[in-house]
Amino acid sequence: MQAFAFYLFATIVIVSGALTIGSRNPVHSVLWLIMAFFNAAGLMLILGAEVIAMLLVIVYVGAVAVLFLFVVMMLDVDFAELRAGIAKYWPLGSILALALLAEICFALFLSLQPGGVTGRIDTATPGQVPNIEALGALLYTRYLYIFEAAGLVLLVAMVGAIVLSHRTRRDVRPQKIGEQVRRRPEDAVRIVKGQPVGEGVEL
Amino acid sequence: MIGLSHYLAVGAILFALGVFGIILNRKNVIIILMAIELILLAVNINLVAFSAFLHDMVGQVFAMFVLTVAAGEAAIGLAILVIYFRGRGSIAVDDINQMKG
Repeated sequence: MQAFAFYLFATIVIVSGALTIGSRNPVHSVLWLIMAFFNAAGLMLILGAEVIAMLLVIVYVGAVAVLFLFVVMMLDVDFAELRAGIAKYWPLGSILALALLAEICFALFLSLQPGGVTGRIDTATPGQVPNIEALGALLYTRYLYIFEAAGLVLLVAMVGAIVLSHRTRRDVRPQKIGEQVRRRPEDAVRIVKGQPVGEGVEL
Repeated sequence: MIGLSHYLAVGAILFALGVFGIILNRKNVIIILMAIELILLAVNINLVAFSAFLHDMVGQVFAMFVLTVAAGEAAIGLAILVIYFRGRGSIAVDDINQMKG
């Protein structure tokens, strides 16, 4: 059962990854990327890393992929023109990628040779504690400063993204809160006395 | 039975796919960013697989930090892409040499 789930998830991850880089339409690419992330989360679940699996779904699918989708749909780019060079690049690319894959597999089999990996993978968490408890105990004690630094990285990324993409538009009329607060009743209201009823007011 | 090497193989294939995607879509920055996300996903699969195999939670802590950096990188990269598109009306990588002296 576990083997079946692994092969299912692994196959879908790899096929989705291939379609991500090979799709004609970038929107399809983003959707295949989301598919790959979901199935990678499934792989992590099989490994027993539930927190990482949920983080993959929340952070990657919920934030990063939606950001990609926004940008792809917002930019009015002629994607057919951008794909013009593919026929020229794919022999070099496939040679490089296959060489890289062969190197990794070679290193993998060399390193796994003595003894071989026969033991099955248990859950990622040692002992009986839940995965999230073990991760939290590690994250908030030994790796506290690195955790804070990760938060700082996210803060800097957020500020940077806002500063980079923010622009002041001239064709919109935004609310000027300062002027509204500074406005006194004397400037805004005029009291008219001695005016007969029914004749209206000269403004 | 599914062992460590199976997960490492999946990670290796995903990594190679990411590199292939970068070379294949050399003009399209959006696909290049997505290929980088694929590479980081492969790295995360490797980290979590080793973490499970060695019974060591540190791999998962590190995978979380990789996730953080990936999110920040995507945000900054897409922001740069948007302002570049605003200025030039195109996102072809070949044209990005304005800072060349």
